[in-house]
Amino acid sequence: MIRLLYFARLREALGSAGEELAVAGGITVEALMQQLAARGGVWAEEFAGDKSLRAAVNQTLAPVTAEIRDGDEVAFFPPVTGG
Amino acid sequence: MTIRVQTEDFDAGAEINRLRLQRPDIGAVAAFIGQVRDLNQGDAVAGMTLEHYPGMTEKALEAIVQQASNRWDIMDALVIHRIGSLKPSDQIVLVAVAGAHRGEAFHACEFIMDYLKTEAPFWKKEQTTNGERWVDARASDDAARARWHKA
Repeated sequence: MIRLLYFARLREALGSAGEELAVAGGITVEALMQQLAARGGVWAEEFAGDKSLRAAVNQTLAPVTAEIRDGDEVAFFPPVTGG
Repeated sequence: MTIRVQTEDFDAGAEINRLRLQRPDIGAVAAFIGQVRDLNQGDAVAGMTLEHYPGMTEKALEAIVQQASNRWDIMDALVIHRIGSLKPSDQIVLVAVAGAHRGEAFHACEFIMDYLKTEAPFWKKEQTTNGERWVDARASDDAARARWHKA
């Protein structure tokens, strides 16, 4: 199982702050996004559309090529706007 | 290094004094304060809510300050960032850097802000006369960060 987190505009669009999900070992961030997009509806809009999303694996920014392991914390969010 | 993420306001003068009085060999302190504007993209802003990613935020800020320390000979640095509900003129962020001379303090302070704007997981939601909206990331912030790769 991995722990998935969604933040800010993405959290509101999905109506979810996060979930636990069983994924295949060694799956990449990009493959995970495709899997989430396959749920259709707003998930497809957010994960397969032209929305720019950032990903973090275990609380560090990660490229879409990053591999995810069992027990990881994976977060998706829009580009940051602090400061 | 001090990193704090908090809902409460901060006393910038007291924070800077604590930083600068630690060591007598400090000769320069550069500080930046970011505050809420009452206008954005042509709309009046009544307030904003700042959301963050607890855990990652602190890690990201520590990594940014560490990069600045590796790059310039600084003596200490402080980052305080607020979350929650803020009103126009409220302080959002304080970055202060102490060094022997002004050059490294100025550079490190600006570097930390440029990286914070593009890598630290904070998001602003504004309350405007046209309703609530998430603030979009700005290309100029990416450009500001990219400058540091060229030098």
